[in-house]
Amino acid sequence: MSRLVREMRGAYAFVERNVNLIKRYWGWEIVWLIYSLTNALAITYIGNGMSAISGQEIDTQYVVTYLLVGALIWQYLSVIFYAISEMIAWERWEGTIEYTFMAPVSRPTHLVGTTLFAIGYGVVRTAVILAIVAAFFRLDLSGANLGGAVLMLLAGSVSFVGLGIVAAVLPLLYPERGAQMTNAVAAILLLISGVYYPVETLPGWLQRIAAASPATYVIDGLRGCLLEGAPTSRLLPTALLLIGVGLAIIGIGLAVFRYVERYAKRTGRLKRSG
Amino acid sequence: MHTAALEILGVRKAFIRKQRSQQRRGGRKRRAKEEVVALRGIDLTVGRGEVFGVLGPNGSGKSTLIRLVSTLLLPDEGTIRVFGHDIEKDPLSVKRLINRVSVDAAFFKKFSPIENLMYAARLYGLPGGAARTEMRAILTRLGLKEATFHHPMEQMSRGMQQKVAVARGFLTSPTLLLLDEPTTGLDPHSKRDVQAFVREIRETHDATVLLTTHDMDEADRLCDRIAILDDGRIVALDTPGGLKALVPSRNNEKPTLEDVFIALTGHGFAEAEAKKEAVA
Repeated sequence: MSRLVREMRGAYAFVERNVNLIKRYWGWEIVWLIYSLTNALAITYIGNGMSAISGQEIDTQYVVTYLLVGALIWQYLSVIFYAISEMIAWERWEGTIEYTFMAPVSRPTHLVGTTLFAIGYGVVRTAVILAIVAAFFRLDLSGANLGGAVLMLLAGSVSFVGLGIVAAVLPLLYPERGAQMTNAVAAILLLISGVYYPVETLPGWLQRIAAASPATYVIDGLRGCLLEGAPTSRLLPTALLLIGVGLAIIGIGLAVFRYVERYAKRTGRLKRSG
Repeated sequence: MHTAALEILGVRKAFIRKQRSQQRRGGRKRRAKEEVVALRGIDLTVGRGEVFGVLGPNGSGKSTLIRLVSTLLLPDEGTIRVFGHDIEKDPLSVKRLINRVSVDAAFFKKFSPIENLMYAARLYGLPGGAARTEMRAILTRLGLKEATFHHPMEQMSRGMQQKVAVARGFLTSPTLLLLDEPTTGLDPHSKRDVQAFVREIRETHDATVLLTTHDMDEADRLCDRIAILDDGRIVALDTPGGLKALVPSRNNEKPTLEDVFIALTGHGFAEAEAKKEAVA
């Protein structure tokens, strides 16, 4: 059997397994979808109420779209981040981690399978939320550069795959609380990356940290595409930079993961818990 | 071709355990750490096609040994080779040759046996169609009814779950099969089914089996050779008959492996387990 075919089957194992997990935990999927949906709606309604809150005339349509774009992009990026960072947490919870780690599957193959699922799942989930939210607000995307938006989203996905791999070492290092620690990583990215407000509103020291977050550039670029119709040629340097940085983070993430996996095998931390 | 399926040379493995109590050192509170040695310089070689037993009480180091060979742990000292492949330098080659059935039948609980086995088959690079046929044949041979193949694992009895675990171990036709107390907690009927299947696999496949157990009769019935492990050390290694010959008969009764264990270690299984628990 050729190595490539074997690795492809290995990668597909993770896609099929995750699809089966969604089918078996469908109740949880509905609960989480409702949570994400109401979250997106609540944030977007802040835009609707801005005039009433401030007592000033403002472009409500622009603010609503600004917030909605942030909410939807964050939905997508966080789904990718969590799907990858939880690849160890799920195995720990189910108790299958030892069987997966003793299977003849390389860690990059493990990652490819998890990433393919994460991107597919993220796209479907975000599309469902967008379709429902669109019924609540009047969205005018007639001047948007949708092709450029897809480019930015894909470029940003690469970085979040890398960040997910780095965060996935936490459940490997800390069997009991590692999964919860990944929430802190996601929360910090949410705070600093300008998801719901311009980065310039943050204190200077946080703005400097925000400059290191790939999400800052993804969200900025996407808002440019969707709100101002920024041409693809203007986005291309940022998209290429995001892909480059994303690939570098994936490389670093894999190296860190390999090191931590070895540490876990030295100290006996792979043993199931849960 | 390697005649030795498994070579374990001078393997030592210890774990660091944090104490619950706190100690004051120089006015600062620190959690004390303690080294717990699981294996103390293990040497053994398992020949191709052999059923090799490792017999010992709970806490003697059996599961640590299996986890080391499974590439789930790395030794502090020594070398482990599976058909000539070093577990540290060439783990992927080792993983292709082995599979493991452990005492805890770990599965995706809401998946059916077929879904769990399909996940395992794909991880080992098996084509879906052939794997599906094979898994049905093995499950049926192990006594599972067709109707249960699509039931969630969480609705199955411990015995049925363990049979699915055995099926998962055999599905990939491993050259070295690691059985870590595969029949612990099973009812007598299920136990016999699993033991018969191990014998059948050994006779029909070119498989080597490393079996850990604390069931003396099981070791006696299934194994070509047995190593007795106590407190991380091999205290004796021979055929079941050879081990029993170490102990003189009493009242015209042939000695059992339990007699051998007591004679070699100075204590029984239960005593060794109680001592280990007291330390823990």
